[in-house]
Amino acid sequence: MADLVCIVCPKGCRLHVDEENGDAVTGNACPRGAEYARAETRRPTRVMTSTVRLTGGRYCRCPIKTDAPVPKGKIMDIMEQLNGVELQAPVTIGQVVIPNVADTGANIVVTRNL
Amino acid sequence: MYDVAIVGCGVIGAAAAFELSKYELNIVILEKENDVSMGETRANSAIIHAGYDPRPGTLMAKLNVQGNAMTEALCRQLSVPFSRIGSLVLAFSQDEMKTVWDLYTRGLANGVPDMEILWGEKVRELEPEINGQVVGALYAPSAGIIYPWEYALAFAETAVRNGAELRLNTSVTGIEKRDGFYRIHTNNGDYDARYVVNAAGVHSGEIHSMVAEPTFTIRPNRGEYYLMDKCEVTRANHVLFQCPNEDGKGVLVAPTVGGNLIVGPNAESVSDPERVNNTAAGMAFVRTKALKSVPTLNFRNSIRNFAGIRANTEHDEFQIGVAAENFIDLAGIKSPGLTSAPAIALYAVELLRGCGMRAVPRENPVTTRERLCVRMLSDPQKNEAIRRNPLYGRVICRCETVTEGEIVDAIHSPIPPCSLDGVKRRVGTGMGRCQGGFCGPRVLEILARELRTDRLNILQDGAGSHILMSRTKREVSE
Amino acid sequence: MQDLIVIGGGPAGLAAAYAAYRKGLRDILIVERDRELGGILNQCIHNGFGLHRFKEELTGPEYADRFIRMLSDTNVHVMLDTMVLGITQGREVRVISAARGYETLSAKSIVLAMGCRERTRGAIAIPGDRPAGIFTAGTAQRYLNMEGYMVGRRVVILGSGDIGLIMARRMTLEGAKVLACVELMPYSGGLMRNIVQCLQDWDIPLYLSHTITNIVATEGRVSHVTVQKLGENNAPLAGSEIEFDCDTVLLSVGLIPENELTRDAGIRIDPRTNGAIVYENMETSAPGVFACGNVVHVHDLVDYVSAESERAGAAAAQYVLAGGPEGAADQPERATVELVNGDGIGYTVPQKIRVENVAKAADLFFRVRRLYGESVVEVTDGDAVIAAYRRSQMAPGEMEHILLTKAQLDRITGNTVTVTAKEA
Repeated sequence: MADLVCIVCPKGCRLHVDEENGDAVTGNACPRGAEYARAETRRPTRVMTSTVRLTGGRYCRCPIKTDAPVPKGKIMDIMEQLNGVELQAPVTIGQVVIPNVADTGANIVVTRNL
Repeated sequence: MYDVAIVGCGVIGAAAAFELSKYELNIVILEKENDVSMGETRANSAIIHAGYDPRPGTLMAKLNVQGNAMTEALCRQLSVPFSRIGSLVLAFSQDEMKTVWDLYTRGLANGVPDMEILWGEKVRELEPEINGQVVGALYAPSAGIIYPWEYALAFAETAVRNGAELRLNTSVTGIEKRDGFYRIHTNNGDYDARYVVNAAGVHSGEIHSMVAEPTFTIRPNRGEYYLMDKCEVTRANHVLFQCPNEDGKGVLVAPTVGGNLIVGPNAESVSDPERVNNTAAGMAFVRTKALKSVPTLNFRNSIRNFAGIRANTEHDEFQIGVAAENFIDLAGIKSPGLTSAPAIALYAVELLRGCGMRAVPRENPVTTRERLCVRMLSDPQKNEAIRRNPLYGRVICRCETVTEGEIVDAIHSPIPPCSLDGVKRRVGTGMGRCQGGFCGPRVLEILARELRTDRLNILQDGAGSHILMSRTKREVSE
Repeated sequence: MQDLIVIGGGPAGLAAAYAAYRKGLRDILIVERDRELGGILNQCIHNGFGLHRFKEELTGPEYADRFIRMLSDTNVHVMLDTMVLGITQGREVRVISAARGYETLSAKSIVLAMGCRERTRGAIAIPGDRPAGIFTAGTAQRYLNMEGYMVGRRVVILGSGDIGLIMARRMTLEGAKVLACVELMPYSGGLMRNIVQCLQDWDIPLYLSHTITNIVATEGRVSHVTVQKLGENNAPLAGSEIEFDCDTVLLSVGLIPENELTRDAGIRIDPRTNGAIVYENMETSAPGVFACGNVVHVHDLVDYVSAESERAGAAAAQYVLAGGPEGAADQPERATVELVNGDGIGYTVPQKIRVENVAKAADLFFRVRRLYGESVVEVTDGDAVIAAYRRSQMAPGEMEHILLTKAQLDRITGNTVTVTAKEA
């Protein structure tokens, strides 16, 4: 039995996962809530956002994200990898910075045109 | 060898430097902080007092009234905003009305011009928001409001333009009497000067004691304030004082020259003259007392709290005079020190002459200062200024409408600022309701660019007040 | 003469301009003080935007980019790096810029979309020293996300507004130690999801009913803060002191709609929202002047800002296409229903509804004043319940939305209706 707050959307549904009943989820307002609750109890993942160095642009940092949720435990490893990245402007939204980052299957992608 | 060394560059040291710089003298000003007006001058009620408070016959009374009379012309000359809005000392009981009459009598003795005793109805007419219980008031039309730090800065900048040397971050550690001069030891080397002016504010006792037996003790006294949003400025049309009583001088409510409302202070003696923190009790005291004068004050519209220190002594008088051979004190300067500053400066010149200082007037000394303030310009003047320099069209501080051009001017002025607050004291960025939340990063960027330094080196205010700690994304060594 | 001047090129202004264009206006100008469009979204690099508007999860810059791209296919004109100094009810707009100098523009309609600013330390009177190292969360966010600077290493956050929570995670990711998030109220001011993913994920303690009661500086920078639990009347409890050695305090203690232009123009302001009083179509007390987004009331979701701004933009277009001020003068005076805040309701937007102007339904946004569990929100006209809505929970930190249908509105007989929240 686990009680969670859904973070899929800002609604913040209070979810209840019954592990003894095949991980049945209650309290969710949408199917994504159920999916989140099951993942959260087994293998929590998050979309991670940060910045990387940028040269030749309006700013010297460029925002990035993982294009899919990554395991929570790998976030700090990914942050470490980002230290070594330096992009050259121009960059465009969706441009892949690191493919399959930390073997998560997710890519680091640019989130702003700079 | 300097002719004169001035210790301290608050409004007193700066005013003295300004007056002395009109003569053919080599002047050095030693200031321990990284900017001028960093002590008492930066945080006080910002009032030019009429002069009915000091006891008749004191130097304080004379210099107050004289200083008041000098302010308007000086401010016009030096482009310092000043507004002679007049003050009211409010009486809420017949007892307090007696005090008002006493102050009136004192004022007459001191030569305060144009005072009037007003009765309740007239006071309510002048100040519709005040407590209706008001019985009467002393009206002194010669009182005014000013930005003290800008006043000091204007004096100091003009002195520098006349050749005075300002040494910031220079703290006096000892003074040695040599043959015909003083050797002043500082953290930045020694300075030799024939005459020394002690204008060290809360530290003036320590400086005095380096050359003479103590004749006074500085008893630092802290006052806390609220600065309110411009939407509160309509609460007071004049400087509103309360009657002085056993609790002290009372809490004032007054407009500022920037269009805000200032409320405070309390008075609390403190041991550490550098500790100007706010306290919950002090702020509560100020709120309670101020509401007595103006019950409609809305403290939710506060934009800043601050506290200032006053260089009180055991004497009810400024400590001004010759402390040792060729060494004068401009010490123990508490309220009305700001008002008295220009008169104190003139008096200092006389004292130094009395010590034997030769003062030959400089040919064509600089006595004026100009500062372009875009928001004060007419519409065609704005366009003219922007045509000349497009940066006058780029507004950086939106609360106070300060442009990049004005900020750049300040950074390249005779006394360049090295901090966000330094820029704020010069052009008003971050003074407003968002308190630099929006313009802070932009001013920081401009400062770093103009001073050709990394943003990490830009300070908030005094030494050590770093804003940014490091860059993100450390370098990875391969 | 422009058809429409939109003041502010953040999410509200962009959506309003686009909606007005879609409705057929062609002479549209956005005036933006920054050097780029997008407003605060540019520094909100975290994800969580767009689930309603675009049915996918975007970061702030990506969300802004969607609207900027939509506008790039229009002839909506943009003046960047331009500050509005004043507006009038006669719809004149005084602007200043380096490129064009000082000028007065005029328009048939105006949309106010200036957003909001952060409450500062001065507004909440925190005792202590006043050193460097005290930032509003949004200012720190700009330094960190756009300029690439860390404002501190050991951080205490005061207030649990969303920006503060988001910054707790961002600072942690970038190597800072966030020691605590301290909230005056007995509940969080931010979204639950942010408590989970920004604090709980990173083991950052949240102290509810606590506040900072002293800030101590060493050498000009924050070195220490004292946090205390609050008792009755929010008085700090002696003996509850928790001491933190830290170099940074981030403030996330509320947002204030930025309405100086609005006030100066004499447009009526609601003291509860600090924004303009608006009608069902986001029109202010000045005909032809509309307002939307955080300048009207502080939203928790940009998606709602966009939706509201699209309504404002569309209404501005309708106003102009119907002949502007002249057209409005021909219209008969519309009956107005005023919304009264009953028990538990902090404010409503709109504050007034002209029922005849409502085609299908009127959107009503509000915030409650305290936490609610299973509850019901009622709209009543005297004793008559016009509409009732069930909620499983409500919190002041989360904006609520209900829809009043035309049929429901038509049942109102009086000049006012009352909105009330009560436990079910």
